[in-house]
Amino acid sequence: MHELAITQSVVDMVVERTAGRRVGRVRLDVGALSGVVPDAMQFCYELIVSGTSLEGSTLVIEQTPGAAHCRSCGQDFALDSLILLCSCGSAEVDLTAGRELRVLSVELEVESCA
Amino acid sequence: MCLTCGCGNNDEVRVLTLDAHDHSHHDHHHHGHEHHDHEHHDHDHSHQLADAIQGPTPSTENLIIGEAILAKNDHLAQHNRDWFTERSITALNLMSSPGSGKTSLLERTIAEFGDARPVCVIEGDQETTFDSERIRRAGARAIQVNTGAGCHLDAPMVQSAVQALDPKPGSWLFIENVGNLVCPALFDVGEHAKVVIISVTEGQDKPLKYPHMFAVADLVIVNKTDLLPYVDFDIEEFSGYARSLNRTAEIMPLSVKSGDGLDAWYAWLRSAVPTVT
Repeated sequence: MHELAITQSVVDMVVERTAGRRVGRVRLDVGALSGVVPDAMQFCYELIVSGTSLEGSTLVIEQTPGAAHCRSCGQDFALDSLILLCSCGSAEVDLTAGRELRVLSVELEVESCA
Repeated sequence: MCLTCGCGNNDEVRVLTLDAHDHSHHDHHHHGHEHHDHEHHDHDHSHQLADAIQGPTPSTENLIIGEAILAKNDHLAQHNRDWFTERSITALNLMSSPGSGKTSLLERTIAEFGDARPVCVIEGDQETTFDSERIRRAGARAIQVNTGAGCHLDAPMVQSAVQALDPKPGSWLFIENVGNLVCPALFDVGEHAKVVIISVTEGQDKPLKYPHMFAVADLVIVNKTDLLPYVDFDIEEFSGYARSLNRTAEIMPLSVKSGDGLDAWYAWLRSAVPTVT
């Protein structure tokens, strides 16, 4: 269950960057071919943020779809698995998207001035 | 909870030298390679990540981060790799399911190379020092990392183990990952190459079932070929599946038990020169 370690890395990074400020939302890009399961991350997130400045925050996971480029016929196409095969029959295929694992942004709660 | 490996207890990861003094600590969380400060406090409404922002409400503020989730691990992994390369240490990350023959392959390899070149092994298992004891009996230096509930080794764990093991310049360093065809695939530990081992008893469809592992391999070893007459394992079919995920990995059938094919492995090892990446 590598999602636990990966989600912990997210929380560590956000805590470090936000210096204890209240966090409302954390946005990630977890590519569709990254090997990381968003539902498992959501499950882990709730456990991990407990007692931190992220407690109660929402984890928003976007998924960049898999995409590839065929070096034989030149076409760019969607890829829904790691099997590198173009419809032209060529396996000279490079993955161009879908393995992202990034923290995109954090929404911080702004304390109102009296 | 462990910040790095995700284990449930801060005392759970243990680096065991099998000497009197164990390095039973968790200092991989304080590894001293503080991450570069790539702060991007762009409080403006940056267009490059517009999709991710979707307009904060007036009482909130957006902080663009845009950094790889595993940046800290990857940064430290690169430090490990540089450290190995500077000392002409060839570091190999061995990954497989439990029981494929990783430790047996290392025992034979240690016997083959004898004193010609030092061999050191980092043994990753959830519990016990069985494997590091086997390696030591075979004549090499070994250190055990028990990950507790953790399912993989990561760069900080390998750094702690290397500090305790202190491999000599010019060594081969084998990092025997936790037996698992899923999680270790995602974590760079600073190796020069990833070696995935499968045995013919596991089934020829393993690449399709565990594509991430086979996609990252530099070398795929198919072990226990002495059992081929007794199991339904078609090496050609297996190789086709593996190649559909990874065009460049070499596929190397061998039998640790009979010795068939081991010469190719030894030749591969001798040609595996650490290079700066």
